[in-house]
Amino acid sequence: MLEAKDLRKAYGALQAVDGVSLHAAQGEVVGLLGPNGAGKTTTIGMLAGLITPDQGQVRIAGQPIQGDTSSVKRQLGLVPQELALFDELSAAANLDLFGALYGLSGKQLDGERHRVLELVGLNERAKDRAGTFSGGMKRRLNLAAALMHDPQVILLDEPTVGVDPQSRNAIFDNLESLKAAGKTLLYTTHYMEEAARLCDRIAIVDHGKVVANDTLQGLLRLAPVANFLTLDLATPDFEALAELRELATVKQAELTGTQLRIGLQNMRDIPHLLAWLLTKNVEFEHIQTERPTLETVFLHLTGRTLRDA
Amino acid sequence: MTAFSALVKKDLQIFLGDRRAVIMAFLAPILIGSFFGYVFGPKPVKEQSKMPVLFVDQDQSATTKELLANMQKDPGLEAVASELDPAREAVKKGKAPVAIVIPKGFGEQAGQSLFIPGPKPSVTILFDPSHQTEAAMVRGILTGQVMQSVTKNAFAGTEMTSNALKSLETTPMDAGAKGELRTLLESAQKLNARPQAGQGGIAVPFETKDEALTARTGVAYNAYAHSFGGMAIQFMLFMGIDVGIGMLLLRQRGLWRRFRAAPLSKATLLGSRAVSAMLIGILILAVVFTFARIVFDVRIEGSVAGFVVVCAAFSLMTAAYGLLIAAVGKTPEAARGLATLATLLMVMLSGAWVPSFVFPQWLQQVTKAVPARWAMDGIDAMTWRGLGFEEALLPIAVLLGCAVVFGAIAIWRFRWEVE
Repeated sequence: MLEAKDLRKAYGALQAVDGVSLHAAQGEVVGLLGPNGAGKTTTIGMLAGLITPDQGQVRIAGQPIQGDTSSVKRQLGLVPQELALFDELSAAANLDLFGALYGLSGKQLDGERHRVLELVGLNERAKDRAGTFSGGMKRRLNLAAALMHDPQVILLDEPTVGVDPQSRNAIFDNLESLKAAGKTLLYTTHYMEEAARLCDRIAIVDHGKVVANDTLQGLLRLAPVANFLTLDLATPDFEALAELRELATVKQAELTGTQLRIGLQNMRDIPHLLAWLLTKNVEFEHIQTERPTLETVFLHLTGRTLRDA
Repeated sequence: MTAFSALVKKDLQIFLGDRRAVIMAFLAPILIGSFFGYVFGPKPVKEQSKMPVLFVDQDQSATTKELLANMQKDPGLEAVASELDPAREAVKKGKAPVAIVIPKGFGEQAGQSLFIPGPKPSVTILFDPSHQTEAAMVRGILTGQVMQSVTKNAFAGTEMTSNALKSLETTPMDAGAKGELRTLLESAQKLNARPQAGQGGIAVPFETKDEALTARTGVAYNAYAHSFGGMAIQFMLFMGIDVGIGMLLLRQRGLWRRFRAAPLSKATLLGSRAVSAMLIGILILAVVFTFARIVFDVRIEGSVAGFVVVCAAFSLMTAAYGLLIAAVGKTPEAARGLATLATLLMVMLSGAWVPSFVFPQWLQQVTKAVPARWAMDGIDAMTWRGLGFEEALLPIAVLLGCAVVFGAIAIWRFRWEVE
């Protein structure tokens, strides 16, 4: 449904997008995960026909986007990162405007407006000015505006930026409904939790390049460890760190204050490791284990964390 | 509903939804137009402003007393007797624009100077340098009044001619000329001795008859027609700035990106904004001139069709001007200052504030390149001048031409994104 091949875009000396290739089948949710400045928005811009690539090609349902008035755009819905709404107009008037931009009118326009307002839970506020809405409600209206013409492919550029957890969950529910309805979604975010929850496949981007592209499980397999064991030590004076790192079962070990974090390739090694620590007279107050996350994968692939990048 | 009409509707909804902006769009030109119309328009005699002039009479002769009395009768002056020091202080502090100082011996010396060569009495005019025009006006009035008063006393009384005859004996003159002058003075003495003779002295040998050329004979000039036209033009141009800045703000807010995701051409985006701005402009003109018609009896004395088309053409030109600002300006902040300067220059050169005839000749030629001047000419022609549609054709053509040029540049320079 959506296919991008070798997209490249430079702004002066800055190579914003450097050979990005993506594809998303019908009903698939593909995440574009990367830190701010990774090239996600530029990629979305090229996919939506807003930015002309220096190189590469985009096809929607097999058709390229050619020119401002390309009919292929009718199959695309864009939820931009900025709130593309007119605060002075009511929610209904905003939706009518965006519907009309795609040629809707009359009863069809009324029907679509009602449908999307219902979907995002804003029917009762249809006549209220968008400027009176909370940040979360505006985000939902921003999403609704992209759905007025019932597009097959929906491009979502960080659609939950700055919203409260309740509104974020509401937006996730909306997106899951769209996925269930067979829509193709391309979702950019720098929140790994969002990508993990929503996406069938995730492309990790950094410095304009896709550094990995797989399912969540596939990406997690790229992590250097299978599990982390975290111990809160009674005192920070742990002297056997170097010796710990030499153990065959330990992939990595870090001490931050009183917190000792040990990466293991196998859960079954934990009892032996704890026994070894006890032989070193280590006293600990709390133990927990955790799986590696996309953050771990990103760190492993790029050498940076998503937030630091 | 097409994308074009939806975009136009959106702009109109936003404009009409902002009550404060709507009120200001209508109220500002009405208030300022009313003010200028009142200030520059004809007024009843009791409301006409008189120029205050201080009159320092150090001579206190019959001639100078009559001079003061005559100046006090002048409808354009408010002549008040004063002493030298207070008069000088008043002019220095800006409380009076002009003071006339008549020296001692003026009456006698001025009368003799009419006939006999020699030193003339010197009248000092003290004036505020910021009121040079008023000083020149007082100088002109004073010259006329002095001639009348001095010659009246020369020819209506015997004292001045007697004194002149006495002085003539000691005046170093050619004997022939002296004899002819003596004959003239003696004839004047004889004439003055006759009853009812020589009452008036030398007066301006003509009268003026003022006739204001308006739409028709009997139709008085209505200054509100010009002032409302001027202010409507000014505030519509400011609306043009708002159109441009508003579009740049939309781009800054990412709305252009969002629009571009739809199958929408830049001609549709710009064209719809031009049409909505034009409709708002026509609405402003309609409200402003309806108010002027009801309250100040401003009438379209010429072609109504010409007036409507001039207004429509100017509205379209203003809309295109707004698009030009949007297309050329990179950011709202950068565009605002430049657009305001350009607009103020355009308004100033259009004659909306002061008539363009006060400009130097070269500047008057420059105003022909200013579209607002043609709008002003067109509105004046169709309102108080009462001219026919044919007189509106040139302003309409110029305004439409400017609209086309501005629009073409706007489409050419338009960029969806800031480069």
